[in-house]
Amino acid sequence: MSDKPEQLPVVTAEAKLADAGTAPTPDEPKSTRILREITTGSAAISVLAVVLALVIGGILIAVTDARVQATAGYFFSRPTDLLQAIGDSVGGAYSALFQGAIYNFRRPGFADGIKPLTETLTFATPLIAAGLGVALAFRVGLFNIGGRGQMLVAAAASGWVAFSFDLPFFIHMIVALIAGLVAGAVWGGVVGLLKARTGAHEVIVTIMLNYVAFYLISFLLRTPGALQAPGSNNPKTPGMKDTAVFPDLLGSGYNLHAGFIFAIAATVFVWYLLNRSSLGFKFRAVGENPNAARVAGINVNRIWITAMAMSGALIGLAGVSQVLGTVTTGFSSGIDAGIGFDAITVALLGRSRPVGVFIAGVLFGAFKAGGFSMQAAQGVPVDIVLVVQSLIVLFIAAPPLVRAVFRLPTPGVRKAPRAKKAVA
Amino acid sequence: MKLELRGITKRFGTLTANDSISLTVQPGEIHALLGENGAGKSTLMNVLYGLYQADEGQILLDDVAQAFAGPGDAMKAGIGMVHQHFMLIPVFTVAENVSLGHEQTKAGGRLDLAAARAKVREISARFGFDVDPDALVEDLPVGVQQRVEIIKALSRDAKVLVFDEPTAVLTPQETDELIGIMRQLKAAGTSIVFISHKLREVREIADRVTVIRLGKVVGEADPSSTNAELASLMVGRSVELTVQKQPAKPGDAALVVQNVSVIDPRGQIMVKDVSFEVRRGEVLAIAGVQGNGQTELTEALIGLQNRVEGSITLDGKPLTGLGVRQVLDAGVGFVPEDRKEDGLVAEFSIAENLMLDRSDSGPFVKGGMLQLKDLAEFAAEKRVEFDIRAQSIETHVGRLSGGNQQKVVLARELSRDLRLFVAAQPTRGLDVGSIEFVHTRIVEARDAGTPVIVISTELDEVVALADRIAVMYRGSIVGIVPGDTPRDVLGLMMAGEPAPEVTAA
Repeated sequence: MSDKPEQLPVVTAEAKLADAGTAPTPDEPKSTRILREITTGSAAISVLAVVLALVIGGILIAVTDARVQATAGYFFSRPTDLLQAIGDSVGGAYSALFQGAIYNFRRPGFADGIKPLTETLTFATPLIAAGLGVALAFRVGLFNIGGRGQMLVAAAASGWVAFSFDLPFFIHMIVALIAGLVAGAVWGGVVGLLKARTGAHEVIVTIMLNYVAFYLISFLLRTPGALQAPGSNNPKTPGMKDTAVFPDLLGSGYNLHAGFIFAIAATVFVWYLLNRSSLGFKFRAVGENPNAARVAGINVNRIWITAMAMSGALIGLAGVSQVLGTVTTGFSSGIDAGIGFDAITVALLGRSRPVGVFIAGVLFGAFKAGGFSMQAAQGVPVDIVLVVQSLIVLFIAAPPLVRAVFRLPTPGVRKAPRAKKAVA
Repeated sequence: MKLELRGITKRFGTLTANDSISLTVQPGEIHALLGENGAGKSTLMNVLYGLYQADEGQILLDDVAQAFAGPGDAMKAGIGMVHQHFMLIPVFTVAENVSLGHEQTKAGGRLDLAAARAKVREISARFGFDVDPDALVEDLPVGVQQRVEIIKALSRDAKVLVFDEPTAVLTPQETDELIGIMRQLKAAGTSIVFISHKLREVREIADRVTVIRLGKVVGEADPSSTNAELASLMVGRSVELTVQKQPAKPGDAALVVQNVSVIDPRGQIMVKDVSFEVRRGEVLAIAGVQGNGQTELTEALIGLQNRVEGSITLDGKPLTGLGVRQVLDAGVGFVPEDRKEDGLVAEFSIAENLMLDRSDSGPFVKGGMLQLKDLAEFAAEKRVEFDIRAQSIETHVGRLSGGNQQKVVLARELSRDLRLFVAAQPTRGLDVGSIEFVHTRIVEARDAGTPVIVISTELDEVVALADRIAVMYRGSIVGIVPGDTPRDVLGLMMAGEPAPEVTAA
């Protein structure tokens, strides 16, 4: 500076320059930012994660295919063989997946052809309900890993009402449904209560309550007079009474039941709750910044309890849908079928947005429905579907990886020109 | 060592944080870098310290070009940094902290702490610091922790020392001591870069002043320039440094605080037997160095503290024992000291933040449902009234500058019917222009007859706003003095000296 000294410049001329800066990137802790990006990041990452997972799934299908392995041995003499083998195996597998999940062209007529789609929706029903529950908790800043326990308790309560009471049609169903929702709400609400009162971390509490629920239900299933079917030695309940069972939506030829309607209703409800209601506003405020919420007079403890109870009730709906809709002939302690954990994936893929969760639930329902036909038709192990599902989660958990693969811009950097003036 | 930055340019996406900045610091010179928040001072220093790579330009030490891949390289080359937020590990001793990162070891990889202790003692003796190498850092006062940072830098033979806003956390007396230390370092030949936006200190200590605005060097000033000259250079227009206000016309006592003590969850007494009152139409400033109980006292007023003894009444009705909701409903407006952490939800829009503390009832909630249309109208109105610079009311507040964020908080709090207004550190981290705006609003609230409490660690702010000043030290009020009390008296009170006998008001 000493070699080219500037004097005090005339100030007014400089004033117009004030159009560049903006607030530096908000300095929030990195861990919470990453967590938020994983649970509520952009939809594009979700879609690209699915695409990427399907591509890698395709590579795995090709590599494990016997014909591909054989033709690879003489790749340099007849390369077309290998390429054709790869095309056949990957194309065949994914087309079988599609036909098993959406529309089967080999069956005659639309009514039969569309059956896979109804299967997909049937599988999707509990995934959507439970996914909404997990997503709601995410939005309040809570990790509800207790889907399994909440489902089991809800299924047990609902099933018990359904097989041991005699009530008129419809009323019986509603009572059984409410019993399940309440049971799920209590099982979830306890977690919120413990967190609010004692500061216990919800992840640990929910995981432990999964075990408590599982062994409690297992015990009740083995106890005559409790949940066990009379005159049986198996740890299984009697069948549900017809008055309590969810009616079929498309007649007896299809498995799709009224639970799907409840799943749609739940999606609308959660959307409305989060985006239009005062309670939802408080949920989101607590989820984004509990300190500011507390200073603004929001009772954070009460919000935690309420949110966990509602989350538990939604996951309970998944359990109810299992026993009153999908498996009405009585259930055992495996009735949750891993849905409580898949729901976490669904909520992540759906970015904790109700509509996103709905779509993600349908997608995972399609994987479940299509996975079996893929194995049957093409001999591709059903585990490939699980690998694809796991890869989806992996990619969602690592947004920078997906961005790097598709060369997307990093959020935050491009924000610079937005705010007009930093100097105010 | 002579430090020269030549044409440093650093871009983040389309934002140019540093635009060909050149700067020379001679050996034994204190060079002040003056600029508002977000002007690019910290970016420049991070480039110098190897945390960022410059897009263009060169760093020269004694006319030799340097390439720093990281802070390690910068340190090796002789650059030391005293960060605004200390980079110390609280549960380590002074010696452990000083040796951290370049630990000397004996055979078998055992730490040679004796060497580190000796080093601390040697540097302490050289500069007359009184630092015990075996004290735990968390037990030390802030001013001493800063000395540990300085020792840390010097122990690595730093020839160029960068002080990043070093006085932000210090009492006036500690600031004076720091200035003494900087003069000593200068005499020993160390080149010093002193980053600040406090004009008074810059003028007191700097040999030369470089002013940065919006990433560019806008000029070099002489330390003998007046405050107004420096401020207008920094902001780009002339600035009112003093708040225009009429003498207060205080009414009856509205808030009465009697014998209040606050005990924190660990059982420590944070506020000890504090009594004062605030009258309608006056500003009571609570001054004091950070951490002397002001935060806890404020939280007790708002209902955020669980164990509060004594009585707090507002217009005759008790506030003690109420929750935050009830306190707000009683007509208390509150600007928290950490707006990002406690005042705003960064991911919420401006509109949503404007209804944050009215989410239960009131104009924006009917029958449990949000009245989004009413909220949008309200937000649009407040955006104009409070001059919130943003693209729209849907902009997330996390994207606003600090000044605009604070305007959102003020707009929210001042648009309720207030019977008491409490503003904690209302201008912390704000640029001069925003400070002007915030101060004007506070004085307006006072003139409208609202009792106002301003909690501030900045003497400038206290003097500018207060009609009466209560000074806190170690949880107690040292004294309540008139608003025109001289700064040196306030400074002594902030260090615990009782008020002179002229105590009035």
